[in-house]
Amino acid sequence: MAAGDFLSSIELISPTEFAKKKIQSLQDYSILAAESVVNLFRTPRYVADMIQQMDLIGFGSLPIVLASVFFTGAALALNSATTLSRFGATTVIGQLVSIGIVRELGPVLAGLVVAGRNSSGMASELGSMIVTEQIDAMRALGTDPLKKLVTPRVVATVVMMFFLTILGDLMGLLGGGLVANFLLGMNAHEYWSNAWQTLVFSDVFMGLMKPLVFGFIVATVGCYYGLSTKGGTQGVGRSTTEAVVAAMILIIVVDVFVTRFLMVVLGS
Amino acid sequence: MATPTLPIEAPLSTSQPPSGPVIVFEDVSIAFEENVVLDGISFTLPHGETKAIFGVAGAGKSTLLKMALGLLKPDSGHIYTLGEDVTQMTEDQLFELRRNVGIVFQESALFDSLTVRENVAFRLMEEGKTPAAEIERRVREALRFVELENTVDMFPAELSGGMRRRVAIARAIITQPETLLYDSPTGGLDPVTSTTIVELIIKQRDVSKTSSLLVTHRLQDAFIMANHYFDAKANQMKPVPPGGKIEAPLAFLILRDGKVIFDGNIDELAHTKDEYIREYIS
Repeated sequence: MAAGDFLSSIELISPTEFAKKKIQSLQDYSILAAESVVNLFRTPRYVADMIQQMDLIGFGSLPIVLASVFFTGAALALNSATTLSRFGATTVIGQLVSIGIVRELGPVLAGLVVAGRNSSGMASELGSMIVTEQIDAMRALGTDPLKKLVTPRVVATVVMMFFLTILGDLMGLLGGGLVANFLLGMNAHEYWSNAWQTLVFSDVFMGLMKPLVFGFIVATVGCYYGLSTKGGTQGVGRSTTEAVVAAMILIIVVDVFVTRFLMVVLGS
Repeated sequence: MATPTLPIEAPLSTSQPPSGPVIVFEDVSIAFEENVVLDGISFTLPHGETKAIFGVAGAGKSTLLKMALGLLKPDSGHIYTLGEDVTQMTEDQLFELRRNVGIVFQESALFDSLTVRENVAFRLMEEGKTPAAEIERRVREALRFVELENTVDMFPAELSGGMRRRVAIARAIITQPETLLYDSPTGGLDPVTSTTIVELIIKQRDVSKTSSLLVTHRLQDAFIMANHYFDAKANQMKPVPPGGKIEAPLAFLILRDGKVIFDGNIDELAHTKDEYIREYIS
């Protein structure tokens, strides 16, 4: 296509129309998110689908979550050691890694990794079902796609994010511990007792609340983009990309607000 | 001369057929963004009739079927399906109505992660009211109807295009609906397979006495339906003998630029003076 043809094919959209579309999208997303929760209290409940999704999302994401948090914990210990050694305070590496991983890095990294793997998977799966009319067929056969497809994915992601984060935190601490022990020559007992004793209720509570919010974001954003797919296979690709980008950005932005909110609530 | 009685078995459905029209469109319009697809169309599908819907690509034929089932809401007008105004119904209310209306989608729309058995049984399994043995019996009965009982454990990806359409028909008829909607059931198929599909539609029409809307690009499909009946004893369709008449009337509906430009039977179609229609059917 010549450059002139390409430029003439670009459709300009008025700011008003653009704003309307964005507000409409936000409204549609809010309705889908609300329905996914409300459906928990309606029959039928697709327990088998939830368990299947837990397997796909939870066990499927386990290796990459564990690996990413493990190496981040190790890198955090290495970087901290450089700074802390200037003050002769390398003994507090355990505390630093522990707080950093449990309060922030564990949940956020797990969220981002699960978003990268599962928001895209959900968007592409549901998007393909849209373009091949399988969603219409499901409705025609008397089944609500939100109940059958969205709610099980939301429940499964929220539940599995919780456990993935706990395991990820442990691996992060282990990564930091191995670096502290083998590279920095720290006593393993010292590292682990520091890491353990520094954690208080508010740290653990914050670290375990975030994955619930992130899991909800990953699933609802993935399902929303999947079910909003338009335009055939090209549209499926677009939805997949947009779902990952939106879920990751939302996780990072919402993390700030959740952290601040929990700090106020917990007084920490 | 008396009209010959055709050798057709009793319908599968035991419910009493309603006497009123099955589907009524009243001044229905729908647009997608700036593009007006259907503009104030009205027509009626009487009980027992098959209406073949024609129009160029993008004329709104598939949209029309989806609106009849409440899968899409029109911008204005009313649609009555089995006496219910689907434009005013909630999704939950529509789920109940859809039990009595089967649909065969353009590309079959089989669930690709489910086997043929699970696809055909989908509605019964979702309802959760039918015992497993009864579901299995009905699945096999529906698949036997489309002569694909041997594919019960296969996945849609393992089937040919024609076989997928036949499974889609089996899925649509498993609850013995009063009405069937066919969205280009022969689209993209070779002539032999297309004829097999048309024969199944005729079989369903004549054996089960269902009313139906048939969207198609192929005029010959409709002409075959108009001129053939299903002989249950011979288990094949046969041409209507000279002077004979099929029980289920066939009507034609032609769409152009969002409007209905023809709604009538095969004789009226053959004698139309409309230049566009004459060109279309030639």
